[in-house]
Amino acid sequence: MYHYNDFDRDFLAERNAQFRAQVERRIDGSLSEDEFKPLRLMNGLYLQLHAYMLRVAIPYGTLNSAQMDQLAMIADKWDKGYGHFTTRQNIQYNWPKLRDVPDMLDALGEVGMHAIQTSGNTIRNVTADHFAGAAADEIEDPRPVAELLRQWSTDHPEFQFLPRKFKIAVTGAEQDRAVTKAHDIGLRMVRNDAGEPGFEVIVGGGLGRTPMVGKVLRDFLPKADLLPYCEAIVSVYNLLGRRDNKYKARIKITVHENGIDEIRRLVEDRFALLRPEFSGVDQEMLAGIEAQFAPPAFTQASVAPFKAAYHENPAFRSWVDTNITKHRNDDYAIVSISIKKHGDTPGDATSEQMRVMAAITREFGHDELRISHEQNVILPHVHKSHLPQIYARLRDADLATANIGLISDIIACPGMDYCALATARSIPVAQKIATRFDALKLEHEIGQLKIKISGCINACGHHHVGHIGILGLDRAGVENYQITLGGDGTETAVIGERAGPGFAYDEIVPAIERLIYAYLDLRNDAEETFLQTYRRLGMAPFKSALYPEKEAKNAA
Amino acid sequence: MSKPFSPKVVTANDLLEGDVVYLAADDTWVRDLQDAEIIEDEAIADLRLLDASAQSDVVVGVYLIDVIRDEAGLQTTHFREEFRTKGPSNYNHGKQVELS
Repeated sequence: MYHYNDFDRDFLAERNAQFRAQVERRIDGSLSEDEFKPLRLMNGLYLQLHAYMLRVAIPYGTLNSAQMDQLAMIADKWDKGYGHFTTRQNIQYNWPKLRDVPDMLDALGEVGMHAIQTSGNTIRNVTADHFAGAAADEIEDPRPVAELLRQWSTDHPEFQFLPRKFKIAVTGAEQDRAVTKAHDIGLRMVRNDAGEPGFEVIVGGGLGRTPMVGKVLRDFLPKADLLPYCEAIVSVYNLLGRRDNKYKARIKITVHENGIDEIRRLVEDRFALLRPEFSGVDQEMLAGIEAQFAPPAFTQASVAPFKAAYHENPAFRSWVDTNITKHRNDDYAIVSISIKKHGDTPGDATSEQMRVMAAITREFGHDELRISHEQNVILPHVHKSHLPQIYARLRDADLATANIGLISDIIACPGMDYCALATARSIPVAQKIATRFDALKLEHEIGQLKIKISGCINACGHHHVGHIGILGLDRAGVENYQITLGGDGTETAVIGERAGPGFAYDEIVPAIERLIYAYLDLRNDAEETFLQTYRRLGMAPFKSALYPEKEAKNAA
Repeated sequence: MSKPFSPKVVTANDLLEGDVVYLAADDTWVRDLQDAEIIEDEAIADLRLLDASAQSDVVVGVYLIDVIRDEAGLQTTHFREEFRTKGPSNYNHGKQVELS
């Protein structure tokens, strides 16, 4: 993985010193809140309902054990002993004090981490496939390109005051695990007819109040053209994007209002101007970055201990069947550590759990961890012979829940328990759904199902692309939850369809239960997933299950 | 006819701690809603909001909230403000422990 050089370290130290001075000037009254707010946001510091919140970037979701240990230290020293992993592969601390934040940023800097551009109208943390470099279906590891984009976009002088925030996601695999079609720019690695790797460039996707699936701007972009092409897109948007209306300022609206063909024409014109300005330094830097992302030295050993444990221990077998993904190396496995224990807060890990995961990867995982946009932690490279020991250690730390991809593996934004923008709570809804289906012992019977919950229309919880999406709203001073069905965040992306009127806080879990029982009745067989059944039958039977009174009235 | 004025309290977040505070009658900021000044008159509410805004070296984001008074004391009327008096519902962090 990428290691900071002197330039990175100096840049970060200078930036942190600047912010320390800005905090001092705010406290001594030289800066008003109006002056200070954009400065703190540029450094990832929000003010939420009950406290400040510091959002730390985990670039493309990759970190090593020393970084995870440092995140745990920060949680203990300046927060309440835990951190919240987010849908953009970041970590948020919910309780920092203003005076402590400069020290927290310095502590992050010690391990090559920062909170720069985790807020504001800038290019945000570049996200990537959390199985990058390990997945069996990958053309190339997308992270060197993500790192190049991070370096290019960080403090880019032209792009510090965009019309609105700007999010880039990149994947090197056929299966889209990075939700590229719901990003301002989505990059999917593909091969051209000559077999050379390049990118399909998708633009104008996004969720929020106006959800849109991104459109293809270029079928094939050679790798070497990536930076000038992205620069062309962002600079066209910078001029054309609407600054008169915050709700129409994202590039998805720019694309929608101008049409993809006009955007393509403008981008290609701009690209023609910019391309000669790139002398190839970026490609030299990329080569240097790529060398740092070389695959680990895979261990050669017998997988017999794994096979024996799999045969003997049913709990281990269930965990393996649910939480393990095929690695490109047959003797290896990708482990998804569930941060979704039934009844716990999705994405929250204690400092002790962070240290356990750091220790495991230091010993068994080639010192790498990933944060997934689904708010879980990944061990990307594990030799199968080590799986029984890893499982035992995870179990002791309450981290061995076998529910990846199942009904309790819920994405939930912080909602009104923390967020100042939220209109309803998300976390307790996720907790209750998980606890309920665990009690019913139906989770594995139900199979693959993605529930995603947002506590407001901004859709941080990705509800539009949940197979079942839940959106919490404030209806006349009461929490109300709308259900959408049939959403999909993968390469076959679809925005979910609203099922009907919303449900009160104490009605939402029973409503989900009716929906699930309807699915179990309707599916062709156990192999047909919820999404497949929905696609086959459409909304009607699920609507009847959700609104039985209406059904009864119609029949009468 | 305009709506009758409902009692108000001035609230904000503390600049250094970030936690929820309410304006008391003596212009100090208190952590417990029960210690807040109840404003019964619309004109006074506007004045008190201005007074509070002048304290930008101590607090951030001042605004008025509706309250009602019952046997149990002062209560907020909107669920968002109720959460702000208590803290998050997933952990006993925040006001529910600090005030007990």
